[in-house]
Parts: sequence; structure tokens; C-alpha cells
Amino acid sequence: MIIPLLKGLKVTLGYFFSKPITVQYPEEKVPPAKRWRGIQYFEKDERGKTKCVACGLCMAVCPSQCIYIETAEDEEGRRYPLTYELDASRCIFCGYCEEACPVNAIFLGKDYEWVEGDRKVYLMTTEKLLEEKKFNP
Amino acid sequence: MQLLYLLIEIIVKCVVVFAGLMIVVAYLTWLERKVLGHIQIRYGPNRCGPFGLLQPFSDAVKAFFKEDLVPEKSDKVIFVMAPMISIIAAISIFAVIPFGNQFTIPGTDWVVKLRLADIDVGLLYIFGIASLGEFGIILGGWSSGNKYGLTGSLRAAAQMISYEVALGIAIVGVLILSQSLRLTEIVRLQEGGFWNWNIWYQPVAFVLYLICGLAEINRTPFDMPEAEAELACGFNIEYSSMKFALFFMAEYAHMVTMGALAVTLFLGGWQPIIPQLSFIPGIVWFCAKLFIFLFFFVWQRGTYPRLRYDHIMKFGWKILIPLALINLLITALIVLLKG
Repeated sequence: MIIPLLKGLKVTLGYFFSKPITVQYPEEKVPPAKRWRGIQYFEKDERGKTKCVACGLCMAVCPSQCIYIETAEDEEGRRYPLTYELDASRCIFCGYCEEACPVNAIFLGKDYEWVEGDRKVYLMTTEKLLEEKKFNP
Repeated sequence: MQLLYLLIEIIVKCVVVFAGLMIVVAYLTWLERKVLGHIQIRYGPNRCGPFGLLQPFSDAVKAFFKEDLVPEKSDKVIFVMAPMISIIAAISIFAVIPFGNQFTIPGTDWVVKLRLADIDVGLLYIFGIASLGEFGIILGGWSSGNKYGLTGSLRAAAQMISYEVALGIAIVGVLILSQSLRLTEIVRLQEGGFWNWNIWYQPVAFVLYLICGLAEINRTPFDMPEAEAELACGFNIEYSSMKFALFFMAEYAHMVTMGALAVTLFLGGWQPIIPQLSFIPGIVWFCAKLFIFLFFFVWQRGTYPRLRYDHIMKFGWKILIPLALINLLITALIVLLKG
């Protein structure tokens, strides 16, 4: 009866002197998984603008209906999104917009840290989506 | 004039001992969380100051600012009194613990004895006051008007009464050897190196003391009165803010006292390991030995699961008390035969 008790003490003492496996979060971070779906970003075309052609497929497929698009045409006859609004506070990060996109304009990124005190800030526009690219090399 | 000096000495000693005890208690909570953390391969508190050393103070500030709730159905007077009883009992035990020998203040011939009171019924006093501390827990659980609290306090009552018997009988062995209840006398008889310590003459009593001591201070594996999993904190379930902090402090102060008493009774108190090392002050030796016990109390908490209630009772009555009695009989017999 006493030997197992001592063995238990030995085991815990061994762990006491081993190095903790804690990842100290704000300083150290675990990289997200390969298929992690984080905050969306827009891929740029060769002119530095968005690749999006405002076809509306992402708006149609989005299950939480958080995407709103207004279409326009520029002088060359090219379609582009006049307004592209993605309400990130409603987004469920399902990734359907990425799948539906015919021109590979929108992707789900790796970024997962986004906390704001105001809901309006979560409304992502084209500029914000293009900016988000820098978190996803 | 002599009387005035004596009064000053007593007051200074009281303040120093009280402050020291409170600091030890504060850092014991830190040590516990740190050691438990490392046993579970994590860091424990490390955000408040270097190595989380300011954590106890942040906890204290938090406790002060919490809302102090008194449940409607509670017996309010007793509800308020219970934590006070607990903490007063836990602290006043320390009055008779000798934590060092004596020294002369430089430039005078005034001898300061490093203990608050050197009464000749020291051990009896300790057991009396320690039993008083149980009332804090029992009354606290009962008066809060909560079934979990009541269950916790009932368990506390049963457990403490049964383990106190074994604890008392175990210590009688030491008493027979030292022929005195005075703690300084017990320490003095263990003079001259570690081979004279009582732990070699009373190993069974030492183990029994440790086990029963753990049950007395309601620590894992005997933390039946608290039993987070089944009683949702047991006797202190309705306590919040400083009242809870008082219970908490009482528990840790009790732990320190249990360790200090173990050092005094079995490990030669302030005496050095070998006589050649006596240039190191006795208080350092005392603290070092005390630390071993405190570490053990925390270490075993990180190791053992809680016993089932009926197992605790069976273990106490059917194993520990007979063992203590046999130990007592054999000790008495040997002492009698040796004359």
C-alpha cells in the first residue's frame, strides 16, 4: 500500500522538475493549421486593384448573408464592385465565398485575432479586405 | 523600567511573528499554485511581477473589493463570527511555537527568547486551540443555510474528531520520550545532531502525525469538508470577499502551524543538522525545515486524489488509531524497561 503512494510522489516530482509545455499566448503563438479559415482578404490583380468582378456569387452563397455588393463598370467595360461590404461580425468563416469565387479574388486568411469595442468596425470594405492581405503572405 | 522593556519586547515580538506568519501564509498560496502548476507541466502564476511574486497582493486587493454577501437564510451573527474563529485559532497556535533559541541584543545584556510564550502546557494549548479552529468550519457551514455547506461541516466535524484522536495518541509517544509538554524542552532534548531527532525514535508516530495532520487541516487527500467536485466548496460555499479570504488564510496558517509543530516535535526544532553547523542562526534552520514540510504538503496535494468519505472514516478508526495505540504501548514499554 505504501510503495504505490511513494511511486506517485516520485512521478509528480519528476513532472515538477520537467519543463512546462505551456505556450504563453500573447508572446508565443501556435501557428494556425494549414486549412485554418480566418479573416478574409482580397487577392490583387496586376494593376494593384481587386480581382473581384462583382459577379455576386459569394453574396448568393453566403449562408449568413453577410456580403453586400453593388456592381459598376469602369471605362474599359470591366466590372468591378462599387461597394463590397463584408460584415465580419456576422461571418461564420464557412469558406463558401472562397469556393464560389470564379476568379479567385477572395480567400480566407490565417488571421484570427480581431477584437473591437464597436460593431461598425467589423464592416469590411474593399480597402480593408485588400489591406488584410498583408497578414497572409 | 524593566517591565516597560519587557512590554516593548513582547509587543515587538508579537508584531514580528504576526507579520512573518502572514507573509509566509501569503507566499504559501503563491508556492502552492506555482508547485501545482509545475507538477501539471505548466507555469502557475507568472504575470504579476517577476515569477508572479506579487500575486498574493493582487489576490488580497481583489478579495477586498469583492461584494460581501450574507445570505438571507443564514444565521447572521454566527455566519460573521465563523471565519473570525477560524483565523484567530489558526494564528494563536503559533504563540507557543519556538522558532529559534535566544540572542542578546548587542550593547546590552537583554536576552531575547525567540518564542512568544514558553508555557509548560504548550502541546495541550496547541491541541485545545486547534480543536477550537474546527468550530469555525463547522459553524461556518452550518450557519450559511446551505445544504452543501451543512454537509461539508458535518463531514468536517466527523473527520476532525476522529483524526484528532489518532493525532493526540501519536504525539503521546513523543511526550513519553521527552517527559515534558513544554515545546522548548522537547526541542532541547533533541540537541546534538540529526541522529538525536525524535523522528528516529518515533518513526511511526511521525508518519501518523503527517497523515492525521493533513486530515486536521482539511487538505487533500482528506479535503472532505471542501470537496469541490461533490459539495461545490463545502463549508465555505456561501462565503465571499474577505470572509472567504479569512477562511483561506486560516487554512494556510493552520498548515504552517502543523509544519512548525512537526519540525518542533520530530525534526529538532531550531537545532542544526550537525553540531558543527551551529554558527547558522537557529531561525534559518527552523525555516528550512518548515519549508520541507510545506513543500511536502503541496507536493502530496498534487499527487493524491481525494479519498471517499467512508474510506476516510474506516482508515481513521480501524487503522490509524490502533496503530497509534500500538506505537504508544511499545514506546511506553521500552521506556519502562530502560528505566
